[in-house]
Amino acid sequence: MTRFIPVRETILGGAILVLLLLISSRFAGFVAPSNLANVFNDTAPLIILALGQMVVILTRCIDLSVAANLALTGMAVAMINVAMPGLPIPVIIAIAVLLGAIMGAINGVLVWKLAIPPIVVTLGTMTIFRGIIFLISDGKWVNSHEMSPAFTDFPRMVLLGLPVLSWAAIITIILFGIMMARTQFGRSIFAVGGNPHAAVYTGIDVGRTQFWAFVVSGALAGLTGYLWVSRFAVAYVDIAGGFELEVVAACVIGGISIAGGVGSVGGAVLGAIFLGVVKNALPVVNISPFWQLAISGSAILIAVAFNARAGRTKGRIILKEAEATQ
Amino acid sequence: MTDATQTRHVPDRLNSRAARIFKSWEALLLAVAIAIFVINSFASPYFLSAWNLSDATFNFTEKAMIAFAMALLIISGEIDLSVASIIALASTAMGLALQYGAGTPELVIIGLTVGVLCGAFNGFFVTVLGLPSIVVTIGTMSLFRGISFIILGDDAFRGYPSSFSWFGQGYIYWVFTVEMLLFVIIAIIYGVLLHKTNFGRAVYAIGNNPTGALFSGIRVQRVKFVLFLLTGLMSGIAAICLTSRLGSTRPSIATGMELEVVTMVVLGGVNILGGSGTIPGVVIAAFVMGLVTFGLGLLNVPGIVMSIFIGLLLIGVIALPRLWAMASARRKS
Repeated sequence: MTRFIPVRETILGGAILVLLLLISSRFAGFVAPSNLANVFNDTAPLIILALGQMVVILTRCIDLSVAANLALTGMAVAMINVAMPGLPIPVIIAIAVLLGAIMGAINGVLVWKLAIPPIVVTLGTMTIFRGIIFLISDGKWVNSHEMSPAFTDFPRMVLLGLPVLSWAAIITIILFGIMMARTQFGRSIFAVGGNPHAAVYTGIDVGRTQFWAFVVSGALAGLTGYLWVSRFAVAYVDIAGGFELEVVAACVIGGISIAGGVGSVGGAVLGAIFLGVVKNALPVVNISPFWQLAISGSAILIAVAFNARAGRTKGRIILKEAEATQ
Repeated sequence: MTDATQTRHVPDRLNSRAARIFKSWEALLLAVAIAIFVINSFASPYFLSAWNLSDATFNFTEKAMIAFAMALLIISGEIDLSVASIIALASTAMGLALQYGAGTPELVIIGLTVGVLCGAFNGFFVTVLGLPSIVVTIGTMSLFRGISFIILGDDAFRGYPSSFSWFGQGYIYWVFTVEMLLFVIIAIIYGVLLHKTNFGRAVYAIGNNPTGALFSGIRVQRVKFVLFLLTGLMSGIAAICLTSRLGSTRPSIATGMELEVVTMVVLGGVNILGGSGTIPGVVIAAFVMGLVTFGLGLLNVPGIVMSIFIGLLLIGVIALPRLWAMASARRKS
């Protein structure tokens, strides 16, 4: 039964519905389709980044540099746009994805070839990327009037009733759904996180898989970097500061185990949407936005405590895992 | 996280004690510290002044206090990323108490209590509920600072009593600050605790093999809980010093300090995966980081560019020995 109805996702989906019902009981306008579409659009960057982070966490790593990667790519493409306003948007997007992927590859190589713990690598690259933004921009802002109209209009362009930003998230969700379930790479990600030793014996290169996970996460951060900067029409050193925590929070709330190997695309998306609904509901129900940080912190703690409890009852423990305690 | 296949070499003879000390990480670090000191004194004429050097110690004393407790925590195989947020919350609590007319002794007690309570909160989730410390402390990192934001918004607490400023701005004698004295005392306490007591041996044992430690009669969870309490307490002390030095509290106080504390610990030769590391190493690492940031500051390098150096330092100190080992392994085969 649980095979067809995933328990965690159902509970989380239920929590989101209850939340929406509670809000709509006092503010009916919040659940109007147009507003829900706005909430989804606002959450789209978080969804895209959460999917990239999911892949990394599934392989027993963590990527804390995504927000800095996003900000650096965003600043780079904004400056390219200012220097060459005629450059078509597809080229800009390709540059953003490539830049992001390169930064992800740097993380990946350090984890793969030098076996440095991912948290150390990405804490380090997080500050390095932020510093580089300052170096290339001299601490200056790139404002909307300097960007070309095509650059800033693209994520807002409406296709079939939804802006391009929302479509970017939807396409990423679909691609990841196929990738995680139907491709060799997707399955090897689960294998590496579930049991690295067994993965080696089945012929999967653990380090290489982790490397590609970081590249995927970096490429998505790069894509989001362009979308973010063009949507808000401004680029500066501190954009998306601390956003990496929100991304990790979305994954943890979505039931992706930080120990690797457990998680789903649906979970990550629902985790991101949960945070997005909370964030957008706060001003509506007249709570100061300063509550946001504490709420997402509490949500992480509750989710991780809940998921650990759910995981413990599962199955019969035949051999107590010695490596889990290492 | 990745398990490299380890081949064990049995040496023909052990290195002599002198050679071991000479080749140790701490010796290398000390050489780096001296080199930075010499380079700095040539690079800027303002470097070699007793008062300037005294000012420079503020760069690292508060972080180092936390780093000592963090070192023990990391040696035991856990980590606490919420330390900077504990500082924010403790500082906010002190500011709040100030509004109700608390004096300096009450402020100190409140700062320490909030620190210990935050540590206990982390410790409860990690040791009682058995959750991974990295997720728990990423959560409490948001939660603790989030509470500060709820209380303060974009406001600030000011007007701390002048006797309170003694902790962060006072001098014991000539150029020696109160914070320096605290730094030395805390360093000695942690050095003795880690290297000379049963508790310290237990910390190493847990970091190397928690299951083995449990079977040899060590109360693993209790030791870890105490380590979280100590990290919280140290963050409380750092909060008192920092608040006293700045003379105000904002919810964004000490943002990003957890990174510098972890960098300091790792730079000091503590294995991020647990099991090894020394307090003298962390002490020297504190001086290295303090000297680097102070020297760059004298050369008018902006803070955010300095953080590039800190990031490179963090990755470099772990990467270089591994590259070195890979190169020498290739030469042997």
